[in-house]
Amino acid sequence: MSVTTYTRTEPALRPRPATPIAATKGIPSQTGVWVAVSAIAMSFAALTSALVVRQGSGADWQRFTLPRILYLDTAILIASSYTLELARKRFTACVTAFRAARSTQPAATEPASVEAAALRASGLYWLNITLTLGLFFVAGQVLAWQRLASQGLFLATSPSSSFFYVLTALHGLHLLGGVLGLIYAGYRLRHNARNAQTSLGTAAVYWHFVDLLWAYLLVVIAIRM
Amino acid sequence: MHDMSAEPAVHHLSPPQGFIRKHVFSLDHKVIGLQYYGLALAAVFIGMVLSWLMRLHLGWASLAIPGLQHLSPNGAPGGVITPEYYLSLMTMHGTIMVFFVLTNAPFAGFGNYFLPIQVGAEDMAFPRFNMMSFWVTFVAFLVLIAAFFVHDGPPISGWTSYATLSSVGGISGPGEAMGQNLWAVSIALFCVGQLLGSLNFIATTLDLRTKGMTLGRMPLSTWAWFITACIGLLAFADLLPATILLILDRTAGTSFFNPAGMVVSDTLLPHSGGSPLLWQHLFWFFGHPEVYIAIIPGFGIVSHILPAFTRKPLLGGMRVMIGCLIAAGFLSYMVWGHHMFVSGMNPFSAVLFSVPTLIITIPFTVATLMFLGSIYGANLRFTSASLFCLGFVSVFISGGISGFFLAQPSIDTYLHATYFVVAHFHFVMAVAAIFGIFAATYFWMPKMIGRMMNDTLGKLHFWLTFIGVYCIFMPMHYLGIAGNVRRYASFTDDYLVPLIPVHKFITIAALLTGAAQFIFLYNLIHTRWWGPLAPENPWEATSLEWSTTSPPPFDNFGGRHLIVHQGPYEYNAEGAAQDYVMQTDPDFVARS
Repeated sequence: MSVTTYTRTEPALRPRPATPIAATKGIPSQTGVWVAVSAIAMSFAALTSALVVRQGSGADWQRFTLPRILYLDTAILIASSYTLELARKRFTACVTAFRAARSTQPAATEPASVEAAALRASGLYWLNITLTLGLFFVAGQVLAWQRLASQGLFLATSPSSSFFYVLTALHGLHLLGGVLGLIYAGYRLRHNARNAQTSLGTAAVYWHFVDLLWAYLLVVIAIRM
Repeated sequence: MHDMSAEPAVHHLSPPQGFIRKHVFSLDHKVIGLQYYGLALAAVFIGMVLSWLMRLHLGWASLAIPGLQHLSPNGAPGGVITPEYYLSLMTMHGTIMVFFVLTNAPFAGFGNYFLPIQVGAEDMAFPRFNMMSFWVTFVAFLVLIAAFFVHDGPPISGWTSYATLSSVGGISGPGEAMGQNLWAVSIALFCVGQLLGSLNFIATTLDLRTKGMTLGRMPLSTWAWFITACIGLLAFADLLPATILLILDRTAGTSFFNPAGMVVSDTLLPHSGGSPLLWQHLFWFFGHPEVYIAIIPGFGIVSHILPAFTRKPLLGGMRVMIGCLIAAGFLSYMVWGHHMFVSGMNPFSAVLFSVPTLIITIPFTVATLMFLGSIYGANLRFTSASLFCLGFVSVFISGGISGFFLAQPSIDTYLHATYFVVAHFHFVMAVAAIFGIFAATYFWMPKMIGRMMNDTLGKLHFWLTFIGVYCIFMPMHYLGIAGNVRRYASFTDDYLVPLIPVHKFITIAALLTGAAQFIFLYNLIHTRWWGPLAPENPWEATSLEWSTTSPPPFDNFGGRHLIVHQGPYEYNAEGAAQDYVMQTDPDFVARS
């Protein structure tokens, strides 16, 4: 161990405020997800501006009719955001109910609060619905690819189809990341992990973002293709 | 349901026990910082040897370099470098240096080690992401180096990998088949690593500061890393999709960057209507911020180190410096087109990019004047670290001045792709950042490895390097003005022949300057095992890293939660008992 070289010889010079300024207490995962969301938004901004530039650069931009299933997919994804909020509402209510139960009988363990348990089960139910809808969306995107392929539009056929496949594939990958996030949050909620609510909140921010991102991409695709 | 965000009393992870967890797949930001530093050190010596090979060829075009034929039988038959292999060496030199040295060492290396300590945190916000960030970067490095050993050798398209040379595949030249694929995959992986790192830096700075550590009390080095992370987050988020499009053009037959009707080596390529300029836009939208990712940590490091040796706060104060760095970071996204003045884009847009380029000189000029003003009249303590800070200011000014010329589209039309540009960016970005790395190494190595580096060897290293880089890069301005284009492998029978003696001089200077780096390497290795033990605060500096042991324990502060009472640069403060006040000193009321 080394020695601190600084030793004070004089007493305090002036009085200072009794309490130092409080430490920052943001939640890293919440900050982190917003940071990640900005980076992903930047990536897609780059891709969509590349799309605009590329469309203007050559005479080979081939317009095609979008597979109708994309609109159904969009509805599914919006619904999934709604069901996720339903799940979150139940989990929040569950915490409140459990705290209320514990304030009356301090020794209560979790199952003691019937109301809390019911709310949690309901929350997990809606979380599973959300996950299923997410997977339906991905399946729908695959169907859309098949429709396109059956029209003879492949990745390298036209720059429009290239961008379509790239944007939907990258978005789909990000959505699958959201599915993993929700599975992880659900796992933590099921096991009463510390800060499980925060995990769900973080996953929800991401999920809604991926949802919004899809809406943006659909608008770009619909206008440009 | 337990939903409390209670603060853990000590580090939330227990100290690792096994060798692998401790030194290889470590979650400790300090180990990861050292790993990044080690990777950068390995990379910089590889990059330096590559520059030696290039310089030898430029001075003596027919020279056979013994052994080189074993590395590349086609690229250097009999040890003589072919023009194509010269381009391969140049590509690898640029890529290794920009990505794996200038981004890895000042930002990822020192940032990882010191950002959490300087804000009083026990670790980064996401230690697992942090570990992934390093190992992804490490794999990216291996993938890039593998290009030396594939049959067609490394790519020839430069670190900027301009389409269409980079995007049509093996038909466009040696190294453009597998070599360029490896380059693209490596850069994509590198982007992922840096994005994970930036995420960590931002979340740690915003959320894990200790009590009393307001944003205004964060050291300037931490500010610089934070700003760099914000820049990197957007820059690498742009390069990653660009690289994916490049890979698709190369492997899947798409035409993002490949125009129609291209005939290469008498073959009509099947691509349609793509835009090579699109790659340049996507690349430089990343590329210009990238050079700020390299240099802004240097500004932070020098701003942090200089006051410890001038024994007074920076002239003008922290806020001005923070403002300068934020302004530079913000403007870095508005100037990418100044790399493309001669690319064929609309000449009017050149003006649009020229103006912000000139504006961007304002924050950097202010920052540089702050350094000069702080040195003026100070009782400067001359150490290796402070000398390298002075060197940083010197080379940054030298390189910055040539930037004024290059920012003018009309002058740039003449100077573009000449050695004038090579001189400019090596001074302002490469050498300046390297001097920042050296300053940081001499300043912080006592904290990082717990032993003092030899100051005499450090000063010798400084003077040889300082004189050396001026001998290398100053004459390049002359070469550029004389019309010497870059990326030519040799000058045999044209108007450039009279310039060959200058090239020979530069080559000799480069060899000697490179050799001087072995003094540094010796000093570093010797210090690691045999250097004298470092005290807790050898420089009598004030920030939190000097309030813990050298090297710091696993949780950085040995279970203590430091409380910060003032800013990081209270040197020679009025009413203080001695000429510096630690940030943790509770009995001093700061001026501000």
